[in-house]
Amino acid sequence: MDYLRPYRSFVSYIDRSREYYVAQGYSRPYAWAHHNDVPFALLPKPLSRCRVGLVTTAGRTDAEGMIGAGRMKRDPFAQPADPPPKSLFTDDLSWDKKATHTDDVDSFLPVNRLAEQAAGGRIGSASPRFYGVPTDYSQSRTSNDAAPRILKWCREDGLDAVLLSAL
Amino acid sequence: MGSARDIVEECGVARFVFTDFPLGNPCGKPWDTEMQRSIIGSALDLLEGAWMPRTTVQTPFHWEDDMWRDAFLRVDDGNREALARAGEERRRLQAEVKTSR
Repeated sequence: MDYLRPYRSFVSYIDRSREYYVAQGYSRPYAWAHHNDVPFALLPKPLSRCRVGLVTTAGRTDAEGMIGAGRMKRDPFAQPADPPPKSLFTDDLSWDKKATHTDDVDSFLPVNRLAEQAAGGRIGSASPRFYGVPTDYSQSRTSNDAAPRILKWCREDGLDAVLLSAL
Repeated sequence: MGSARDIVEECGVARFVFTDFPLGNPCGKPWDTEMQRSIIGSALDLLEGAWMPRTTVQTPFHWEDDMWRDAFLRVDDGNREALARAGEERRRLQAEVKTSR
């Protein structure tokens, strides 16, 4: 045991963001997704023969960002993984801009690290594309519009598994 | 892969690799390729090894300090008025956007 603490160590973003938006005068708190039943599937074959893809919540350009400030084009996208992106647009997302930065894409979308896993034989191959689902506060748009489009692209690219990395 | 443990676990996912970092670098610190390799390695291990949904694995990494935990989205007497003003301004902008459509 390293420390004794009279509180949980990890941050509750649900509690923290609710208090933060109350302080901004928003009386109705955001209702977070909660599912009693969670789907699950085992890998269909050994990982060394699987094709694996990546999904990010970042956008490609600032035109896809800026929630609620007029530019509302937050469509899902698929983009070639090679050459890997040197940067992605994250300015509009609520990550910790005082503590860190997102200048290294692999810190939030490990496209180069996944390619290494393919080259080393840990996975069969990496998807030729990665997929983006820019953060949208509408759960119905995410479930009913974005998710089926991402799934369609994953199937087009012959994926066996996909890793989602949320900023 | 993520760093907002409560949000992801409330939602419920098949497999979750949790890294207890400030939001923004759920796949490892910027430019730290060894750490990034370890975290994606944990994700691949979990793809193979998990046998039921909601399986969470926490990676062994720690940020340099714990300052960020209290600082992020902090509300206190020093910023309460500024936050209230910022909320008013945001609602005004949103109303403008709506009326201009």
